[in-house]
Amino acid sequence: MKTKDMSYSEAIRDAISLKMHEDEDVFMLGEDIGVYGGAFGVSRGLIEEFGPKRIRNTPISESGIAGAAVGSALTGMRPILELQFSDFITIATDQIINQAAKIRYMYGGKGKVPMVLRTPSGSGTGAAAQHSQSLEVWMAHIPGLKVVQPSSSYDAKGLLISAIEDDNPVIFYEHKLLYGMKEPVPEELYRIPLGKAAIKREGTDVTVIATSIMVHKALEAAKQLEREGIEIEVIDPRTLVPLDEETIIASVSKTSRVVIVHEAVKRAGFGAEIASVIVESDAFDFLDAPIERLGGKAVPIPYNPELEKHAVPQVSDIINAVKRTLQRGEEV
Amino acid sequence: MARTKQKAQSLLESEIKVAPITTFSVLSPEGKVVNEDEVPNLSDEQLQELMKRMVFTRVWDQRATGLARQGRLGFYAPVAGQEGTMIGSQYALDKEDFILPGYRDIPQLHFHGYPMYQAFLWSRGHQHGGQIPEGVNVLLPQIIIGAQYVQASGVAMALKKRNTKNIVITYTGDGGSSQGDFYEAMNFAGVYKLPVVFVVQNNRYAISTPVTKQTAASSLAQKGLAAGIPSIQVDGMDVLAVYQAVSKAKERAAAGEGPTLIEALNYRIGPHSMSGDDPTRYRTKEEPTEWEQKEPLTRFRKYLEGKKLWTEEMETGVIEEAKKTVADEIKKADQYPKMKMVDLIDSMYETTPPHLEEQKAEYAD
Repeated sequence: MKTKDMSYSEAIRDAISLKMHEDEDVFMLGEDIGVYGGAFGVSRGLIEEFGPKRIRNTPISESGIAGAAVGSALTGMRPILELQFSDFITIATDQIINQAAKIRYMYGGKGKVPMVLRTPSGSGTGAAAQHSQSLEVWMAHIPGLKVVQPSSSYDAKGLLISAIEDDNPVIFYEHKLLYGMKEPVPEELYRIPLGKAAIKREGTDVTVIATSIMVHKALEAAKQLEREGIEIEVIDPRTLVPLDEETIIASVSKTSRVVIVHEAVKRAGFGAEIASVIVESDAFDFLDAPIERLGGKAVPIPYNPELEKHAVPQVSDIINAVKRTLQRGEEV
Repeated sequence: MARTKQKAQSLLESEIKVAPITTFSVLSPEGKVVNEDEVPNLSDEQLQELMKRMVFTRVWDQRATGLARQGRLGFYAPVAGQEGTMIGSQYALDKEDFILPGYRDIPQLHFHGYPMYQAFLWSRGHQHGGQIPEGVNVLLPQIIIGAQYVQASGVAMALKKRNTKNIVITYTGDGGSSQGDFYEAMNFAGVYKLPVVFVVQNNRYAISTPVTKQTAASSLAQKGLAAGIPSIQVDGMDVLAVYQAVSKAKERAAAGEGPTLIEALNYRIGPHSMSGDDPTRYRTKEEPTEWEQKEPLTRFRKYLEGKKLWTEEMETGVIEEAKKTVADEIKKADQYPKMKMVDLIDSMYETTPPHLEEQKAEYAD
């Protein structure tokens, strides 16, 4: 496979472009996605490539955009809608939760909504309280949706292609801080199945389950811990729904120690679900220490850049959590 | 300062106005033609068909409210008083046009090809009610007020993409016109000139809230003007006026001229739904009687009788046919196999994921 260095945003654009060339029914809609190229430049060049009918630059109308996506998906199209910031999902949720997620069920399996809602989430860009949240767990709670959170360019492209081809509504959470990150990505079309976790680093001492930007922080922690002789295994679920429970359980059964880390507020965050999956499984018998769960503080994301960092887990927090799990349950 | 204040005051009085909206009608409540130029070009058989459908719908509604009282239906929203709008608007469509209904709009779906027994099953929450037959271009009745309006734009985009000349018609009520989705949809469809006909059936009450407490707007039609789309108010109890208005809006839409908003003035004779609503709590005793003078069946019957196109025998024939149809269809609904938990779970995703397979296993015996 021929590869090319691609940023996360280039990889996403490449996935959209490949699918739009292949399938006439795929189209995009969202605010400022035309000549402006989208709030984070992801759709730059697409309107020139595909024209304004397939790259629909919309009015500021989140419910309108989501409703149009649902209506067109239900009648044969494959819309990809972009919400400028994932915080704005609040003004589109009726169409996502009460409509998209329930249509297949209410239509007795004879209606489908093959839409992808792409949206940037997360803090770290100084965008303040209403443009920085990580709200993915809301969508993970709703039966009928699939929820994806890629942490790398390679994953973003392969997962987005699968999401576009999926016949269910998929919520695709991108992270703002990842858009610029580069890595070699195959130029051709490839798929990563929804519901398959990635072991981002193998290790034997502690399993660290991290999502989105926290995967990178966990890998950074791994480097530092390695110097102290601690080998952590880093697992990125990549999709929250469906969740690859098998990979998580297998890893925990091997290491017996777990740290779960996400940027979203810890309380009722997705980490609670992952922790429950572990303790409800046979892996419970292997646990040698309480599960450590790291997440954002229960505060709005501060505008002040220093305080902003303190609101979400950092590399040092992961290192400390890993060490805490190792100090517990040691055989004396 | 005083001058500026004075200027603002005179500006308010002279230039800032709410556009006056007049009501479009073809027949008077007495069934006389009041607008000769706008009498739609329909054959005698077509006129009779409109009447048959209205009578059929009235009987069906009476039967359905009875079934609901007996607990044999789930959710049911009575339609009496609104037949002029429901029947007239659907009759103006082609089979390939799409209907996005609200929960009261079952008659339009039925005459567009959606079987009645499935409507009964839908009312009971049976999934087969949601399995719309292939080639019947309707979506399920929307439960969330106004949500169908924004979806209409998407369906219209899909039609436009396929270069069809077909259109989308969507319905909401006076209460729905207060939702943000109502404006977002018209604005969205307006900007892309999408082939949508937005209908508001102003039946005067959103459950118990009268339209005067719903909005300060003197008409609901004027709400479309802000979105830049042609908007009209019609006498919704005048089936010919509704047919004519929808036909013109459909023509505009099909010609690529964009959406239209139609406010149809109606009166809901019955309760909001059969789920415990007692209209005497929010209506005066006289009110329904006043409205009955204008109701759509009486009016159109007089018009047809004047043209010697309608007789008592014809009316009785339709009533008997309707009673029989409803009885047959409810029987068919009753006989349909019951649902199972595993079927519900399997209808969640294209392929059932592992966590749901686990849940399914709990029901497998």
